[in-house]
Amino acid sequence: MSGIGTGYDLSATTYSPDGKIFQTEYAQKAVDNSSTVLGLRCKDGVVLACEKLVLSKLLVEGSNRRIHNIDRHVGVAVAGLAPDGRMVANRAWDEAASYKRVYGEPIPGHVLCERVGSYAHMFNLYWSLRPYGATVLMAVYDKNGPALYAIDPSGSSLRYFGTAVGKGRQAAKNEIEKLKLSEMTCREAVIEAVKILHKVHDEDGKKFELEVSWICDETNKQHQRVPPELLTEAERQAKAALEDSDMDD
Amino acid sequence: MLPRPTTHSKALGPGVAGPELAVATSAVLDRPPQPGAHLPLSGAQPCAVDPATLADPRQHTKYPYVTGTSVMAIKYKDGVLVGCDTLGAYGSTKRYKNTQRIYHVNSKCVVAAGGEISDFQYITNLLDELTTDDYRTDDGIELTPQEVHSYLCRVMYNRRNKFDPLWNSLVVGGVQEGKPFLGMIGMIGTHYTDSHVTTGFANQLARPLFRERQQDDMSEEEALKLMYDALRVCYYRDKVSINKFQIAKVTKDGGVSISEPFALDMRWDYKLFAQPTKWAVGAW
Repeated sequence: MSGIGTGYDLSATTYSPDGKIFQTEYAQKAVDNSSTVLGLRCKDGVVLACEKLVLSKLLVEGSNRRIHNIDRHVGVAVAGLAPDGRMVANRAWDEAASYKRVYGEPIPGHVLCERVGSYAHMFNLYWSLRPYGATVLMAVYDKNGPALYAIDPSGSSLRYFGTAVGKGRQAAKNEIEKLKLSEMTCREAVIEAVKILHKVHDEDGKKFELEVSWICDETNKQHQRVPPELLTEAERQAKAALEDSDMDD
Repeated sequence: MLPRPTTHSKALGPGVAGPELAVATSAVLDRPPQPGAHLPLSGAQPCAVDPATLADPRQHTKYPYVTGTSVMAIKYKDGVLVGCDTLGAYGSTKRYKNTQRIYHVNSKCVVAAGGEISDFQYITNLLDELTTDDYRTDDGIELTPQEVHSYLCRVMYNRRNKFDPLWNSLVVGGVQEGKPFLGMIGMIGTHYTDSHVTTGFANQLARPLFRERQQDDMSEEEALKLMYDALRVCYYRDKVSINKFQIAKVTKDGGVSISEPFALDMRWDYKLFAQPTKWAVGAW
């Protein structure tokens, strides 16, 4: 690791000779080393899914939340350093609440994502602060329809049909590209998302939990975790699909 | 600065400067020409300030403008019923006939208000912020009706202490730990909880009915009948009310349901209505 950016990587205010800011790159690395998080934007809403490695048998099931509600019509999933992601999510909540107080209506997705992006970017400008080591996948359903945004440690915020971050992102993105998202409903997409997470999970034998949320017409355009029955059904289908492909091998 | 008009009516008593003193004095005639003297007095800046308020910059609510009338609520076996009409009156004018004066807070609680509608809208904004916060923490915990009642009581009392009250009488109804809850908060922070609560005219008109017929273990049918009778009485006797009501029902298992506006059948053919003063003392 030492030697990559020697001398140019000590502060977020130093460029390297080839035009990189190493602190931001290292923050990206923190995200890339975390467990996979993916988002799918379908025809009637958005699905967010997190793979959570169970760090210890002593952890209460369902703790270590990585998906947060920001407002009724916005939810975020966090990849990377969980506490950093929590700070970004809190800032998103502040922005959404203050917009509603001033303008009297729920914050539009593109406005919120720009504000969170500017906020994350600010931490790349000063030597006294370090960039947030978290990418935030934001699912929004506002007047303009459903949208999925990703805000990364550098502050860039991009809008996606489907994307994945974390360890298994390359394999997950390959799978996502095979899906016809614009024709899928969220209910179907939940099942596909769980299938993908099971497929790209490292076969360490380590137990992992899933945290899946959706925001769609079915939930009345409110962001919430998927009902437990749908999640169990999706897991069952995912495990069956894995066994099928194992048998094919 | 426009001079504040004062009354120079001689009816006030001797020594009042009457209109004969409104002559142009040397102070008026000898002063230099005013820059705006040729301009009409209308056409002032759009946000001209009444000079009186500059003297005292504190703004106090002095009177309500658009008001709702009574709210009445009763407990029954499965939960609570909260009923009121859908009128927002502008003084005596029945101006807004479609106002919903019952606010759905969360799956366990409703808040209804009489009094200034704009203040109630402010209160519902506050409650909306609280419930969205609950939604955000997403831990399955919601505000209970008793918490809402305590919160609103503090809000009302603190505004009263600033001499700038929210001009409302609030009713909080819901289910608290499986048991029905009803509370009332007045505009100065007076509050209580009871098996039946009323605000406004319903205090005088509906409360006797409730005292006589309300039981905590009433069936829903009996409770609805009692509520209809109470609403009917308030419409008969309250000048500023309309025959268009909403009833909110909060139950242990069913959550909150606010009915569509409905009308009750009224009878105006009582003989005493025809000649109301026939037997009145002093009538002819």
